Amino acid sequence: MSGFLRSYLSVVVFAAAAGLLVGGILGLSRLIQPRRPTQQKLTTYESGVDPTGDGWSQSQIRYYVFALLFVMFDVEAVFIFPWAVKVDALATFGLIEMIVFIVVLALGLVYAWRKGVLRWV
Amino acid sequence: MSATLLAVRLASTTPATPLPASSGTPQNPGAGSTGSLPTLKLPHVEYHFLLPFLILAGSALALLMVSSLIRPVWRRGLYATWTCVTGVAALVWTWHLWGQVVGHGPVPHPGAVTAVSGALAIDGFSLFVTMTVCAGLVLGALLAEHYLPQERLEGPEFYVLAMLSASGALLMGSANDLIVVFLGLEILSLPLYVLAAFHRHRARSGEAGMKYFVLGAFSSAFFLYGIALAYGATGTTSLAGIATFLTTHVLPSDGVLLAGMAFLLIGLGFKVAAVPFQWWTPDVYQGAPTPATGFMAAVAKTAGFAALLRIFLSAFPSQAENWRPIIWVLAVLTMVVGSVLAVVQSDVKRILAYSSISHAGYVLLGLQAATATGSITRNGLAGASFYLLAYTFMVVGSFAVVTLVGGVGDGHHGLSAYRGLGTQRPALALAFTVLLLSQAGMPFTTGFIAKFDVISAVLTHGRAPDYILGVIAMLAAAISVAFYLRVILAMYQAPSDAGSHGDGGGTTQVATVTRIRVPVSVGLVIGLSVAFTVAFGVYPGPIVHLAERATLLF
Repeated sequence: MSGFLRSYLSVVVFAAAAGLLVGGILGLSRLIQPRRPTQQKLTTYESGVDPTGDGWSQSQIRYYVFALLFVMFDVEAVFIFPWAVKVDALATFGLIEMIVFIVVLALGLVYAWRKGVLRWV
Repeated sequence: MSATLLAVRLASTTPATPLPASSGTPQNPGAGSTGSLPTLKLPHVEYHFLLPFLILAGSALALLMVSSLIRPVWRRGLYATWTCVTGVAALVWTWHLWGQVVGHGPVPHPGAVTAVSGALAIDGFSLFVTMTVCAGLVLGALLAEHYLPQERLEGPEFYVLAMLSASGALLMGSANDLIVVFLGLEILSLPLYVLAAFHRHRARSGEAGMKYFVLGAFSSAFFLYGIALAYGATGTTSLAGIATFLTTHVLPSDGVLLAGMAFLLIGLGFKVAAVPFQWWTPDVYQGAPTPATGFMAAVAKTAGFAALLRIFLSAFPSQAENWRPIIWVLAVLTMVVGSVLAVVQSDVKRILAYSSISHAGYVLLGLQAATATGSITRNGLAGASFYLLAYTFMVVGSFAVVTLVGGVGDGHHGLSAYRGLGTQRPALALAFTVLLLSQAGMPFTTGFIAKFDVISAVLTHGRAPDYILGVIAMLAAAISVAFYLRVILAMYQAPSDAGSHGDGGGTTQVATVTRIRVPVSVGLVIGLSVAFTVAFGVYPGPIVHLAERATLLF
């Protein structure tokens, strides 16, 4: 076995240990737990609210625009956090680059706004 | 957006803390510093080399802004003009850089450089690709200017997406680092998926976009995995770094490297539509709006081949005995399958799609024949470069004619729709004939010079497999004449009964035989394409001279 593959051995060991641990705990609790099912207990837990309908439900298409915009700003945050940690080292160059980045995203938002995407229809 | 991403990424790839010792990164001279407050070594950004990219990306964003803020009165024709001016500006600046780097005079100027800490290579090849892409962008924008209002799809989005896509294409052409290649690939591809699905009123367009997106995402994943494996084998993503590593080290087992090269080849093979990765091409080319198809065929193929040539010639030249046989097989398959399958098609867009596949095979000949920097004057790289430029003009010109014949609704693409074109619009039919014959490799056209260059470059190697490859290429070219002639014959046949040929999709619509109107913008595209094809086919000197100096940095 090459050294390259051997370094993955620890991953295999970890995976095996994780499988054993989870399987052991769940199996043990299944063996020793008392089981008295009622209708109430078998229903899906939905934050304390009684579930209605079945698993396939429709959701509003108009949320998708907001989902897209959310992803956009989520990605923005992904870039801003590491920059904020290193803001000293990156100095002016980093600041300008980040401003350019945010401005470009803001342009996208302006475009979306002018297209009337932000209006709740 | 992408310019920023590039800069941010570059800033983050020069880390202060060294990577694990196994990866001997030759790019980070300051990697040994272990002080309490590590200083970040920022790359020096040569903005004047980045300017063509910045022009395209910046102009796209500016157009998006202006178009959403101005009143509708001003809009007609503005967007296309804007895009053309942008493309020409990038072209002019690239020509200026060509003077700095390669030299306009007869003596080559040894000025090829890397920019932004070695992430970009500014050499003859990258500038040549940039000019090709800019030409494709201008032609594509002119086509769209007529098509979009006709299909009630007005808006700046088509042009914005085309400009962003072109900016990605030229990033791919000058990338000198696998990560930058990937970045360019994504900037190229994502707008193209949208462009393929741009015709909202046609279900087929959406289908084309979806197919292109799913398969393109697959190919991007393959490409990314290839980068990861190549990095795993060599410890760097820089093309120059990989090349030096491979010449100075002997790998105990090269399985990871070979797998990485294979995945890189698969990822780019999808983009350039090489057999056996071509399955998406006919459907996407047929379903996408015709101007988008022309743009896609020209720019995506140029960019894909630019990356393919650069990666394999500047990073893996020492592995040539490993990848050359594979390229040999791919080239044969691509030329033969593309030509043979095109013969049985009856839809002109599909015929052109299969012909675009077979053209990919000929450019692969260039890769097969290429020597890294090339002391042989007519080497494979020059042949491939020339082929890409010639193909750009031929294919956009052809799709310009297809756009006109397709008519309102973009539906009349069957061969029967072309019947009688020779008597109704003799000039249009003649132009299409010239472009198709050029694609077939007829003498006195650029298509002939292109095919001649790549085949003769293969033959100069003088080994038996190369001769076989050359013979197969010539046979495939002979086969391809058959389907080009089918289209030409259809044009010069008498028109059949009106109404019986709604075979492009719009069967309910009775095809009225009306005289096709040629608007100025599309006429300009066809005129430019034919002029380029014929002028540089008869007198290829200047372009061949340019292509010969489109050499790689390493």
